[in-house]
Order: sequence, then C-alpha cells, then structure tokens
Amino acid sequence: MMKHESIETNAALLIIFTLVAISIGGLVEVVPLFYIEGTVEDVKNADGKDAVRPYTPLEQLGRDIYTREGCYLCHSQMIRPFRDEALRYGHYSLAAESQYDHPFQWGSKRTGPDLARVGGKYSSAWHVKHLTAPRSVVPESIMPNYPWLNENDLDTGDIAAKMATLKAVGVPYSLTKIEYDANVEKFGESVAKKLDINMAEKNLMEQAKLGNYDGNPDKLSEMDALVAYLQVLGTMVDFSKHDEAEFVKFR
Amino acid sequence: MANSAVMGSATAGTSVSSGAIEQYNYDIVKKFALMALFWGIAGMTAGTYIASELAWPFLNFDIAQITFGRLRPLHTSGVIFGFGGNALFATSYYIVQRTCQTRLWGSGLANFTFWGWNAAIAIAGVGYLLGITQGREYAEPEWYVDLLITVVWVAYFLIYTMTLLKRNQPHIYVANWFFMSFILATALLHIFNNLAVPVSFLGIKSYSLFSGAQDAMTQWWYGHNAVGFFLTAAFLGMMYYFVPKQAGRPVYSYRLSIIHFWALSFMYMWVGTHHLHWTAIPDWTSTLAATFSIMLLMPSWGGMINGIMTLSGAWDKLRSDPIMMFLITSLSFYGMSTFEGPMMSLKSVNALSHYTDWTVGHVHSGALGWVAMVTFGSFYHLIPKLWNTTIYSVKLIYVHFFLATIGILLYITALWVSGIGQGLMLRAFDEYGNLAYSFIETVAFMHGPLVARAVAGIFFVAGILLMTYNVWMTIAKRETLRSTATSAAKA
Repeated sequence: MMKHESIETNAALLIIFTLVAISIGGLVEVVPLFYIEGTVEDVKNADGKDAVRPYTPLEQLGRDIYTREGCYLCHSQMIRPFRDEALRYGHYSLAAESQYDHPFQWGSKRTGPDLARVGGKYSSAWHVKHLTAPRSVVPESIMPNYPWLNENDLDTGDIAAKMATLKAVGVPYSLTKIEYDANVEKFGESVAKKLDINMAEKNLMEQAKLGNYDGNPDKLSEMDALVAYLQVLGTMVDFSKHDEAEFVKFR
Repeated sequence: MANSAVMGSATAGTSVSSGAIEQYNYDIVKKFALMALFWGIAGMTAGTYIASELAWPFLNFDIAQITFGRLRPLHTSGVIFGFGGNALFATSYYIVQRTCQTRLWGSGLANFTFWGWNAAIAIAGVGYLLGITQGREYAEPEWYVDLLITVVWVAYFLIYTMTLLKRNQPHIYVANWFFMSFILATALLHIFNNLAVPVSFLGIKSYSLFSGAQDAMTQWWYGHNAVGFFLTAAFLGMMYYFVPKQAGRPVYSYRLSIIHFWALSFMYMWVGTHHLHWTAIPDWTSTLAATFSIMLLMPSWGGMINGIMTLSGAWDKLRSDPIMMFLITSLSFYGMSTFEGPMMSLKSVNALSHYTDWTVGHVHSGALGWVAMVTFGSFYHLIPKLWNTTIYSVKLIYVHFFLATIGILLYITALWVSGIGQGLMLRAFDEYGNLAYSFIETVAFMHGPLVARAVAGIFFVAGILLMTYNVWMTIAKRETLRSTATSAAKA
C-alpha cells in the first residue's frame, strides 16, 4: 500500500493528487449544467415563438450602465419561490429569463428590493425622479443619487461592436440574412428586426425617441438607456398564459 | 515526523549572513508584508466608508466615483487580494524557504510577482472608481487585468514548485501542501470564471462567455472557493507554520493534518452552489452543495482543533503572549464561522438568511476574525524576524488585539440583528395574510445596526493603524541601531 510519506517527499505527486482532489467537485456539479437540456426552460408564447428575447440595443446599453454602477451589489434579480416574494415581487424567476444575460446579475444581497420584475411596475417618470434623487420619492431610502445619468450623453458609438461581441458568446443577434431569417422563425418578425446588428443605431434612436424614457425628448441620455432596461425586466414571460406545472418540472 | 522541519529550522537563518548571497531571500518577504499593511489600511478604510454610506447615504456626495456600487469592489479587492494576497505571498515565500531550508528560487521572477500583483490591484481599483467592472462579485477586474493576474500566478506557481524541488529537507512540510493547493485551485477558478470576450482589443469592455444560470454556477463555484482556497486553505498554511513556531511546540496531530488537508481540498469545490439555493438552477446541485457544506464542518473543525491543541501544555501563553492571543482567537473565529457557514447552507435557514446582512456578517466573522487575526498574529511574529530585531512595543500588540476583537464582536452582532431582523420582517404576514411590512420599513429598521457596524469598522481600522505604527517603529529602531553600530565600528 502506498504511504502518505511518498506524497510528502515528492512535489510532483503532491501537485497531481491535489489537482485531482480539487477538480472533481466542479466536474460533477458545474459542467453538466452546460449539457443538461432542462437547465434552461423553453418558454414559448401562444404563437409558438420564444417568449424571452435578447435585449434591444438601447436596453443592452442600459444594462451596461447597470453593471457599471454596481447596482447588483444592492439589488438582486432573482425571485425565489416563496409566498412573501410572490406577493412582493411576482412569479419566481425562471432560468430562461436570464439566458441572454452576459454576465448574469442575479445578485447576492438585497440592500434594496429585488428588480427581476420591476419592469412596468412604476412609470418611467418615477424611475427618473427616483434615480436622480431617491429620497424625493422614498424618504427612508439609503440609495445614492445618480444625477449624472441625466447629464451624461449616452455613448452609442460601439453598440454594433458590443452586439457582435455578444453574438460571439451566443446571443442570437443577426448580421447576415440567414441569421435574420432564423430570428424571424424563432422570435417573430417585429422582434427579429430589433436584433439586427446592421440596424442597431437606427433601432436605438427609434426606441429612445418613442419611449422618451428620461422625459427629455431633445437628449439621448444614459438615463434613457437605464430606464429602458429597467422597464423590460421580467416582462417578457406572461405567466397568466402558462400552467404552473410547466415550470415546476425543471426544478 | 514532518514537524522536524519546523523545529529544525528554528535556529537556522536567524542570524544575518555576511556572505555575498544571504541564506534566505527576506527582501521579497519584507516588500510583500509592508504592502499587505498598505492595502489593509486602504481596503478596510474603504470598507468603513461604504458601511457609513449605508448608515448615512449623504456620504455618497453625488460623486459617481465614491458611490457605494463603485467603492464596494475597491473594498473587497483591497482586503482580499491586496491585504490577504500580499500577506499570503509574504508568508508563503517565507515559509517555503524556512521549511525547505533553501533560498527562494528566482529572485527576479519573485520581484515580478510583487510588482505584477500590486499593479493588477491598483489598475483594477482605479478602474472600479471609473465604472470599469465585469459585474461579477469578487471577480470585478476586466479582462486585461485578469490576463496580468494569470501571468503573475503562473510565475508564483513556478517559483513555489522550483523552491520545493530544491529543498534540503526530505519532507515537504504540511504548510506547503496548503499553499500548493491554494495556488492550484486559484489558478483553476480564476481562469474559468473570467472567460470573456473583449469588445475590442484596445477597449476595456468585455462580455462573459457564459450567461444566466451557467454563469451563476461558474461564478459561485469561483466565489465560494475564493473563500475556500484563497481565504481558508492558504491561511491554514500560515496557521500550520506560525502557531507551532510561536507556541514552541510541534503540531498537535500529524495524522489530523493529513485528513484535514485532503478532506478540505476535496470537499470545498462542491459547496459553492449553496449561494444559489432557491434560485433558477436545478435542485440537485443545490442539495449536493448543502450536503457537502455540512460534511465540510468536520475537516474545518479538525483543522481548528489541530491548531488550538498545538498549544496544549503551554496554555499559559494565552495570558502572557499577545501574539498567541491573536492566533488562538483567529482559530476560534475560524471554528465559529465554519459552524455558522454549514448552518446557513441548510436550505431552510438560507431561505431567511440569503440576501440579508446575516451573510455579510458571516463573511466578516471569517474575514476579520479568522483571516485578518491570523495574519496579524503571524506578522507580529514574522516582522521582528525579518528585520532581526524585537518588536517596538508589546503593549501596543495587546491594545491592537482588544481593538480588533471588540470591533469584530460588535460587527457580527450588529449584522445578526440587521440580517435576521430583516429576514423575519420580510416573511411576516398580518392576520389577513397580507405582507406585514413593506421593503422600505425593513430598511428603516436596519439603520441602528448599520450605524453600529460602521463604528465596529472604525475599531478595526484603528487596530491596523496601531499595528502599522508599531511595525514602523520596529523597523526604525532597527535602522537606528544599525547606523550607530556602523559609526561605532568606524570610530
């Protein structure tokens, strides 16, 4: 039988055995999630199209601001299947809902409330006021003011490059006609148009103008993008159209 | 058996060699040790400041660079990688030389690890203030800093392995096993968790390779093992050298250290998913992680017992030796937090504790109570040895010990109140089955505990400032002695 002394007197053996010991856990627990089909639910709308779509150019830029400001350090985006959370935030989060999130922003701490379904809960005007000066609408709030979101022009210069990068890591934005057609098939035509990288700038301007998220139609600010992102959070799946049993089997 | 390495090296190397090349490379150890104190002060001050921002939000001053969301990564990176990382480089380079009784391999490369590591933290830190982040907790540095860290880490591995290979002792002492495990695991975690595609090669922005549920699993596999290997295994390496040294006795049980090492290395990698209980990941991963978390209690406590019992027969040192007080208290906090952790990883407990300050308090009982205290104790032993002198003031070590201990106790108690309180309020219902409290009511409730927590931070920072003064005076005293000695010799 091999004695432990042989490991203690041989650096190579020590390194090899240690590598084996530390590799097994990750191999068993993490790696399978990339291959098991049920990890991410396949959620369809009534018309057979995917319910969850990638973010529009404006929403994605808003998401980049969300990570830049470190919002995830105080706000989660992951509702758990408990009664109090259902009453407070809504239906528990599905893996499908964050499948295009690079990186995920589930968070680990609720210094403020969960934001997974904040979309549509408040008006955009409320969000602007709240982000600019939280205590003007919620006196007990301990959130910092973010006045610069109104002042800063939104940097849209690299949106096409950003979408192309996200495409490289697996988000189905389209560059070619074939990819566009595949998106029409998957998401329907109106969504597919928003995912076309060639139209990124135009789509972005259009959504900002139409949405007028920051309440200032003359300016395309960082506030526009961030509020557009917040307003889409958790709104893609219409849970009234789904049977609960459909999701339970994935857990 | 393996203890002979420690006891044997007790006499070697204490006298300064007059040869062209000193027996040991102490220069690199000194640099890392002083840098650890620098980052310790910076990181802990940042921590106390953001704690104050939560108590008094006006402290954000509408300045983007110092808002909570941007300063918090500076705090975590500053204390984990700045303070903790530099302390580990310092002690591991010291321990590997002393227990192998050989000089550190590759002085130039060792210097590179010093400048590379600290440059990485500085670049990442300035970046956070400017809003440059990957948005992954404890892995915030962007891709170019991650590359630099990878290169430094490969150099570290090379230096460590080569030094082990040219050792003058047949056995590799147990502390080195833990350091090796830490080096290997950190490499594995760092590389896989930071896989990302940059938007452009001259740009700063990148997007993670994984998304959603898989990204979450990878991140918390990394996140918890950063705790397991960076903040635990490596500091156990520190413990296995400095506790026997300071106690003047061999490690309590050699067998226990073997079991401790292999069980800890194997089990830690399974438990990260307990950070994702009740989230959108498959239940079986979460159950598996909880099971391993409970089992992990055994090797953790095995290690704690091994450390504390090393003092058996010399218990009086707990009264007379403030360094021993630091070391044994750190082991007690290690035992406390490795009990609290498995308990919080139970799904039913986690349902309440997750997302609250209880988690933050738990992390700090480990980070302040275990990691920082064992480092302080080891440094008070190490620094006089490096400069071949005695400590400037033993009394100040006592004062530091009490400042730190009061700070930690206040900190974790405040966050138990805040975390458990908020958890209970959020799940409370009134007699009609409606939610009893709105979210903002829980925020208002937490104000008191959050003030107490900020005060606790001030205690802890005061402690490390005092330590830095003590270290500074120790080195200054030594330099004065040396210059008087030289001038006396000239005369």
